[in-house]
Amino acid sequence: MDGDILLILLQDGIVNGAIYALLALSLVLVFAVTRVVFIPQGEFVAYGALTYAALDEGRLPGSIWLLAALGGAAMLAGLGTVRRTLTAPAVLRLAVECLLVPALVLLAVWLTPPRPGVLVEALLTLAIVTPMAPYIYRLAFQPLAEASVLVLLIASIGVHLAMLGLGLVFFGPEGFRATGFSDARYAVGGLVIPGQAIWIVGTTLTLMGGLYLFFDRTLSGKALRATAVNRLGAQLVGIATAVSGRLAFLLAGAIGTLSGVLIAPLTTVYYDSGFLVGLKGFVAAIIGGLVSYPLAALAAVLVGCVESLSSFYASAFKEVIVFTVIIPVLLWRSLRGPAEEE
Amino acid sequence: MRRLLPAAILVAWLCVPFVPGVPNFWITLANYAGLASIVAIGLVVLTGYGGMTSFGQATFMGFGAYTTALLTTQAGVSPWLALPAAVAASGIAALLIGAVTLRLSGHYLALGTIAWSVSLYYVFGNLDLFGRNDGISAIPPLRLGELALTSSRSYFVVVWVAVAAVLLLTRNLLDSRVGRAIRALRGGTAAAASFGVNLPGTRVLAFTYAAMLAGLAGWLYAHMQRSVNPTPFGLNAGIEYLLMAVVGGAGSMWGALLGAGLVTAVNDQLQNWLPRLLGHQGNYETIVFGILLVVVLQTSPEGIWPHVRGLFGPARPRTRQVADAAALPVRTLPDRGAPVLAAVGLRKTFGGLVAVNDVALHLDAGEIVGLIGPNGAGKSTTFNLLTGVARPTAGQVRFLGEDVSASTPPRVAALGIARSFQHVKLVPGMSVLENVALGAHLRGGAGPLHALLRLDRAEEARLFAEAQRQIDRVGLAAFTSQQADSLALGQQRVVEIARALCLDPVLLLLDEPAAGLRHAEKQDLAALLRRLRADGMTILLVEHDMDFVMNLTDRLVVMEFGAKLAEGPAASIRADPRVIEAYLGSAA
Repeated sequence: MDGDILLILLQDGIVNGAIYALLALSLVLVFAVTRVVFIPQGEFVAYGALTYAALDEGRLPGSIWLLAALGGAAMLAGLGTVRRTLTAPAVLRLAVECLLVPALVLLAVWLTPPRPGVLVEALLTLAIVTPMAPYIYRLAFQPLAEASVLVLLIASIGVHLAMLGLGLVFFGPEGFRATGFSDARYAVGGLVIPGQAIWIVGTTLTLMGGLYLFFDRTLSGKALRATAVNRLGAQLVGIATAVSGRLAFLLAGAIGTLSGVLIAPLTTVYYDSGFLVGLKGFVAAIIGGLVSYPLAALAAVLVGCVESLSSFYASAFKEVIVFTVIIPVLLWRSLRGPAEEE
Repeated sequence: MRRLLPAAILVAWLCVPFVPGVPNFWITLANYAGLASIVAIGLVVLTGYGGMTSFGQATFMGFGAYTTALLTTQAGVSPWLALPAAVAASGIAALLIGAVTLRLSGHYLALGTIAWSVSLYYVFGNLDLFGRNDGISAIPPLRLGELALTSSRSYFVVVWVAVAAVLLLTRNLLDSRVGRAIRALRGGTAAAASFGVNLPGTRVLAFTYAAMLAGLAGWLYAHMQRSVNPTPFGLNAGIEYLLMAVVGGAGSMWGALLGAGLVTAVNDQLQNWLPRLLGHQGNYETIVFGILLVVVLQTSPEGIWPHVRGLFGPARPRTRQVADAAALPVRTLPDRGAPVLAAVGLRKTFGGLVAVNDVALHLDAGEIVGLIGPNGAGKSTTFNLLTGVARPTAGQVRFLGEDVSASTPPRVAALGIARSFQHVKLVPGMSVLENVALGAHLRGGAGPLHALLRLDRAEEARLFAEAQRQIDRVGLAAFTSQQADSLALGQQRVVEIARALCLDPVLLLLDEPAAGLRHAEKQDLAALLRRLRADGMTILLVEHDMDFVMNLTDRLVVMEFGAKLAEGPAASIRADPRVIEAYLGSAA
């Protein structure tokens, strides 16, 4: 085997793996806190990439209208749930979260001059797409908070379907590719490392560190961990599990969007491209048993490498190989542990 | 009359395509709805009854379709001969895939189905054998003698006869010993295992059956379209079948039929109208279906069918004729006073916590022993060690001379230990009679094939006669055909005792049987347990009601902090200073 080719493939694998690792982490986070298997994660990747690409071309991204619509719907759903305790502060909080946020984002996008540079574009993208996640939690999952994992999973598939179709409506069927964060290329030994790759791996590592600090040092982070360990117990000590749920979705939405921004310069993204990317994050999360963060991150790098190697040696069967990796893992988990009961 | 009505409806429905003026387009749509119904009925068995879910049914349909496509185009096999091969191919694929995930909790199976759906989609699309993305065309049509069934009108008859056959077979399967075991998967797997249900086997069975129905639908699809390609067998199609089952109502086969018809018709209209409204071609219908799925789960998790069914008035509870069935053979109980169960040095640790600490316990035939102690004393853990639910860290349990320390719950049940649960575990939605009949699972032997072909009727009658006998014995005859979950909690406990008795046990383990019973009911229960003792049964019970325990038991075992504190007849235990201290605290 040619050593140089292998190195290049591994480098590719690590860069893709870094993205899968981010997605896997947020999938584990959402599952642990809310028991929702977050299938629509992939749509956040696609929305992030396409919003960023639109801003990068100086166009107004369609997703801001979707944000406004989701905010409005979440407001109505929120009013429905607080209708018995319709206090002014509760309604005000709801209005800030569901109406003011989209309005401010709209204003920010409107005030920003076209093509403000990649960093501002990335921040605007995050501001547009991320808030959709807690709105979706409010609309779809909060009313099902006590349902079984299976029901939540089916609902999750429903949200995926709806977001897929909405992506087509608001972004159209064309694919886009955006400018990278860096055009630089660094020669290290026989390898040429593109600047974008360093951005991706660096962002992943920074985020992981940030998440670690968040969970370890902040009260919100500890509340999330408490909710993950025991919902009822968390409620008894005064943690509002619905708030925890929205927070988990907010983090997941931000991570998904950021992943989209990071891959938009690497490949042409279509409205439906996110699903397969998200599923690879899933393969990694499942290898980690949907509970272990470090295992999921390691598995993500493995998935990235398997993917890049198989795309070189058996490109037609790339997806087959990546998704078949899950079978021996499930078999191993199945044989090792006793039968689990929900 | 009740038997003739469905047949009459079927015949009338089969005549529809031959009524002049019915548009061809409607017939085609009805054919697709029929195919989808078959897949969705499989999901009713899997999801509605078995509590599992698959997003990959379209992939199993693909196994069936590609099998028949290859056999008929490459090997020249007649389509009719390819049918068993197509169904078997789907079944074997399900066995293999199921074996990998079925011991894990439910969402792994569902996620696994997503992964292999994506994976196999690319396998179908990239192998020359399967014609890559172009698929396989020129598949021969079905023939009846010289008549080729190429028109959608003639195919309508084929599809809907198949639907009727699937409805009949599935009803037979669900209304059987095996079917009750599948339903028991939803009532708590611990209970199902405690009366001998082989959990992994039952899960694989439900999964394989659903896949074989999908394989049948795939075979029908291949000879209807006369060509196959990967698209209709991908993940999106699989999601759509689940959508049909959930929206229609996964709890009933009629829900599957309703959902399949509704989603097929709505899908067609949406694909027609939405692109016109939005000015682009595209799969916009996913928005509507996605939102519909979430809304149905939020507002009507049982689907639409129960509401439709409600329009025709309340369902009549089913009554069974069980009177003249022959009795089941019964075990010979050991002679009174012979050793039944002996546990030595029984120990169970969870991490650093010693839940059960070197407990010795012996039970002799025909005695009632009470296991008492403060909360957290290790009584329930001891129960779990005796019934194979948990494996002891050290020590040995011998039952009728056999070492059962490492046995599984079904093995323990087969040897003759039956139990009830502290937290009642009955199957919701099933009648008291059916729940109790579950206890007789090991006393019948009819398998899925017997059930499908209704060769199990004589055995079924005997099982239900036994269940009825046990219901009468515990004094719940008035509730026989009521839904078990509609009873008061105390009565549900008694239903569990009847179910345990159906096992024909040597030893009965009862976890807090009197909790939630009223005074008179407690006296009835005590009288029942005394009668059982008189018949030679051995009983071990955990109970907090001291009056009940003191008056009933021959002997008491007191546990505290995982260890045995005292043992003896009620009078001496009552006077034992250590026991008084454990319960009331020290006098000083």
